[in-house]
Formats: sequence, structure tokens, C-alpha cells
Amino acid sequence: MIELVVDELCIKCDRCIAICPTNVFEATESGIPAIARQEDCHTCMSCELHCPVDALYVSPRGVPDPVDKDEIVRSGLLGSYQRALGWNRARPGGSDDDPGVLLRFQRKPDPDDKVRTKLHDLSLRKYI
Amino acid sequence: MWAAISAAEAGARVVIAEKGYVGTSGPFSSANTGIYYIKPDDPVHREGTVEARLPLAFDLADKLWIERTFDQSYANLEAMARWGYKWPRNEEGKEYRGRLRGPDVLIFLRRRLQKLQVRILDHSPALELLASNGTVAGAQGINRQSGEAWRVDAGAVVLATGGTSFLSDVAGVKGNTGDGYLMAAEAGVRFSGMEFSSQYAPTAFDGVLSRGAHLDYGSLYDNNGKPITRGRQTVDAILQTGAAWAILDKAKDEDTRAMVRKTHAHIILHLERLGIDPFTQKFRIDFRSEGTIRAAGGVLIDDDLSSDVPGLFVAGDLATREKVTGAGPPGGGPAAAWAFASGSWAGRSAVTFARRIGNVAGRRTEPLGEAGLRPRHTADPALIPQELLAGIQAEMLPFDRNYWRFGPYLEASLKRFGSEWNAVRDGLAPPSAGDGGPTPRDLLRARETAAMLATARWINLSALERTETRGLHRRSDFPDLDPSQTHHLISGGLDRIWVERQPASPSLHTEQRALAS
Ligand SMILES: Cc1cc2nc3c(=O)[nH]c(=O)nc-3n(C[C@H](O)[C@H](O)[C@H](O)COP(=O)(O)OP(=O)(O)OC[C@H]3O[C@@H](n4cnc5c(N)ncnc54)[C@H](O)[C@@H]3O)c2cc1C
Repeated sequence: MIELVVDELCIKCDRCIAICPTNVFEATESGIPAIARQEDCHTCMSCELHCPVDALYVSPRGVPDPVDKDEIVRSGLLGSYQRALGWNRARPGGSDDDPGVLLRFQRKPDPDDKVRTKLHDLSLRKYI
Repeated sequence: MWAAISAAEAGARVVIAEKGYVGTSGPFSSANTGIYYIKPDDPVHREGTVEARLPLAFDLADKLWIERTFDQSYANLEAMARWGYKWPRNEEGKEYRGRLRGPDVLIFLRRRLQKLQVRILDHSPALELLASNGTVAGAQGINRQSGEAWRVDAGAVVLATGGTSFLSDVAGVKGNTGDGYLMAAEAGVRFSGMEFSSQYAPTAFDGVLSRGAHLDYGSLYDNNGKPITRGRQTVDAILQTGAAWAILDKAKDEDTRAMVRKTHAHIILHLERLGIDPFTQKFRIDFRSEGTIRAAGGVLIDDDLSSDVPGLFVAGDLATREKVTGAGPPGGGPAAAWAFASGSWAGRSAVTFARRIGNVAGRRTEPLGEAGLRPRHTADPALIPQELLAGIQAEMLPFDRNYWRFGPYLEASLKRFGSEWNAVRDGLAPPSAGDGGPTPRDLLRARETAAMLATARWINLSALERTETRGLHRRSDFPDLDPSQTHHLISGGLDRIWVERQPASPSLHTEQRALAS
């Protein structure tokens, strides 16, 4: 669930309010979005991806999981989801960078498992 | 989204109303999704893809529907390529389109909708359909941020609200509360295969991301260290030995690990944030219910994705996918292909229907919403959505009630749900927050709860009727497949729910045979 909006980094663009699919955030007078309905968060992490300044942190747990702000800032976790995907400042990128499609990584399944073996052979033919 | 795209491309004026945000909503948003398609110029691939899932369909699928679906999904992916979506390539420079990066694809398709000038209503749950003399004529709902009501009068409506996991602890599914099943039933549709809805998937025990692709690089163990496989054995291990464990030990060298880290970035990120190094450390896993999301049953459809009710079309998880994957799970590729293909067809069919109807301005319509929206009597403050939900979950999530279903439990749950349904119909209404009426959130919660309750009833009634184990329906009291039950179960009704058998006679198949003779 969403745990953190880092005030010092937030640029008050309200993009997280707009894109959160479960409407967790609420605009405030200070301009920094409040986590108003944490229990509605479904941990899709979309807000992290769509934050242009990496000011948000989502815990991978489905229940509240209070974190220490300074520790998270120091840990380098902010923005790590964007970096892992190849997004940058909320701009999509990296969908073409998927080493899993390289032939040398195609794992051959257990030959006794007929369905998986068939799927494997087919996936090799799926290249356009 | 594909329904809106195809309708707009066919020249219609289109409005898309989304409970959340078009581009981040739905289970697609949180990770990768495999997708099936047929390469048009490769007969081996064609035949193989059609045949691939047949062993899991248990004689309820139809080859022509399979072929039709994966031909259409190829066309969808081809269109995405034309619009500029970037696919990965292998060492030989060949593109691979068999895996979709959820967040990227959703935002990409949103841009397409904008380009086509589709009117997008974000944060705008539909609460009910509108009808005019038995024809569906629009929908209305509320904007949950502004609180304003919205209403769209339309020549046709496509419902694509997805499945429901009854709000199990799975990432990305809180918008999936089965609203479409209830709205469609209020209009008068029938369902098919609602018993094929016991879809479960692995998550890290402390986590919520239910994806299993990374486990291809791992081994699973029960609590005593005995190797197990994914699926039933995992559930048995949890039930009988108390826990199941995983480790990605088949990714041995740094090269392969780096690949898994990149390709399954979403999953690995979740694990690492939980403090788990999945490559060197055994981590505890759980199996969570996804209910009717990437399951099989849904609204009964005709060849053009129309429902029983004129003007109402359905697509994606909300529509039955039995013709494509039978009783088996469509996850891992067919479900996404179905969402793309059925959406494209439903959008096109809706336009054809709307054109036939012609000008709809000034049509007199009536709203169809009842349960959780317009109680029959005065609101009963003792009915709390949160408590009703806990009751539904107690029946629809546990392994010994829903993964393995059991006749006497199903009967008891139906009795309980039946009286709860009557209470909901009589008195469930969102609490009024002073003079302004209920908040949009409370309004939505009440309606969602009614939808989940209704959906649970069709599921359990169908599950009770099917006294065998087949695909995504397992009975601990009937653990074997019964060949004499190779039929569909059609269900429906609101206050009085019903179920009946229908022979498995796939319509396209029959038609083609008739043409040939
Ligand atoms: C964890 C997980 C992994 C999966 N992996 C795969 C895979 O690898 N391969 C595969 O083929 N499939 C996979 N699937 C299945 C696939 O994601 C679904 O089949 C697909 O998302 C269905 O698309 P849909 O458009 O029908 O529904 P959804 O994507 O669920 O979209 C429904 C939308 O309707 C909105 N909505 C709901 N109620 C209302 C309302 N009242 N008013 C307005 N909007 C509403 C929701 O917010 C949601 O955005 C996976 C599913 C899950 C949960």
C-alpha cells in the first residue's frame, strides 16, 4: 500500500490524484497530496510510475506498513520501480528491453509435461 | 478499451466511463501479461496454438472460436505496432509480441483513445444501465472525485467491467467488484459457466502481486522440504503441511538472474521490497483467489458479443470465455487475447446496432439499478457493506470452500446468501452524510457489495449443480471428471436465481458444419 508522499520532493502537480485508480489521494491546501484513503490502495504501484519526481513510496504489502521517511529516502528505493522498467520522470520507456525473449534464455520445460512443452515450442515460433 | 477503439474507428461517437483511471485501472496495470496470437503465415503455429490449450478445456471449447480469437488478437497487436508500440527483439532481430508490459500498454492505449477523440470519463463508476422499451439505451453513474452525477444516452452499450476476486488480497483488483454482472442481470442477461471461477494464483506470502511467471525459474517445496508443483500440489501443501515455499534456484548464473530481474521486473521488485532475495533464499508463498478474473464463465454471448438484451454487448472477463478455453484457466495468454479480441468485436457490433436504431435523441429511458442503489423499503442501518463483504469472503475465498468446493457448504452458503440478498434488496442503502446525501464512496461501496453478493450466488448455485471436478471447478465430494456432464450450465435471475443445462454445441461450429453439408 502507498506509504509515503515525500513533501520535500513533491512538486504539487497532482498527477497522483488524477491517475490513482482507487482514488487514494486527496488534494490539500498545502498543495501536497494527502494519502486520504490508504485502505483503498491496491498496491498496483501506478502512482510511483506516474510521479515525475519519484516522491512516492509503495510498500509491497496489502496492509499498512509504516516506514521511516528518512530511511526510505536514504535507501535509494524512491524511483526504483521506474528505473527497473526503464521509465523516466513518468515517461514510459523500456518496453522493448526484455532480455527474456532472447533465444539463449528460453528454458526447455520438463519433456514429460506435454502442454508446457508444446507451449514452449510455440513461443519460439511467436517471433514475427 | 479495445471496444472503445474499434467503435471509434468504425466512426461512432464514443464515451468510455471508468471507475478508476483509464490507463492504470484493472489487474493489467501491475505487471506483465502473456498474450496469445496466431501468426497468419505459419500453419504449424496456427495449428499448434489452436491445439495448445485444448487438453485443459475439457471438451467445452470450440476450435473455430479459438482460431477466431487469436487471429483477432494478432490484428490488435499488429495495430499496436503500427501505432508505435515498441516490442522487444531477439538475437536475430525478430520482434516478440507475446508479452505485454501492463502499465506501458494501458497508457499507450489511452493515448490512442485520445487520438480517436473518445470522451474519457475517469473516476466515473457506472452505477446502472438505462433502458428504453427493453433495449439498453445508456448508463449513468457518479464522478467519485467531484461527486457529480453523469449520464450517457447511447444507441448501444458495451459492458467490460472485468471479473471479480471478491476483493481478495491481490494487487490491482479493487475496482473489480463484479458491477457488470449485476448491471447486466438487471437488464435481463443470462450467464454461462459461472462455476468455472475458482481461479487461484501464487503470491509471496507477505505480498499481494499474484503472478507466477518467475516461478518458471524456480522450485517449490512443501513445509517438509518435499518438492511440489504449482497448482493443486501447492494448495495441498499449504493445507496439509502448513506452508509452501519457493526459490528461483534455476536462475543460477548472474546472466540469467539479471535477465529474470529485468524481464519480470515488477515481481522481483515486490519481492526485494519485502526483503527477499528470491535467487538464494527460500520464500514462503501463498495461493490467492482471483475468482472470476482470468477464469472461464460470464455473461452468455452470441457470435457478435451481444447479450440476450438488445443494445447490450459484453467483452473481456465479464463475458464467458468457455468457447475459447472451455472449463480451464485462460491465464497466461488466452485471457488477454480474449480481452483484446472480444473488445474489438463488441465495439464493432455495438456500432452496427446503434446505426440500425438511428437517432436516439429524446428517447424515453428508465434506470434499471435496484440492489444497493434503490432499496425496496426504508434503509436498514444495520446492513453494513463491510460486514456483508466479510461474509461473502468467508464463503468465496478459503481453499476448503472455494478451491475445493463441497456440496453441503455450497448449500449452506446459498441459504445464507439468499437471506442476505433479500435484506439487501429491502434495505441496503448508502448512509447519508448529512444534507448532501451519501458520499460517492459510500454510494459505490453499497452497490459493489450488492454486485459481489449477486455474483457469489450465481457461482455457488452453478457449482452445486455441477457434481464433478472439471477445470476451474473442483468438488472435494466429486473429485473426478464425469463425462456425462460435458455441458454448459446457464444461470440467471436476481431474487429467484436459477440454473439449467445446455448441451455443448458451439454455435460457430454448427453453422460451419451446416454450411458444409
Ligand atoms: C494477477 C493477474 C495476472 C494475469 N496474467 C495474465 C496473463 O499472463 N495472461 C493473460 O492472458 N491474462 C492474464 N490475466 C488476466 C487478464 O488480466 C484479464 O483477463 C484482463 O485484464 C481482462 O480484461 P478486461 O478488460 O475484461 O477486465 P479488466 O482489465 O479487469 O478491466 C475492467 C475495468 O472495468 C473497471 N470497472 C469495474 N466496474 C466498473 C464500473 N461499475 N464502472 C466503470 N468501470 C468499472 C475496472 O476499474 C477495470 O479497469 C491476469 C490477471 C491477473 C489478476
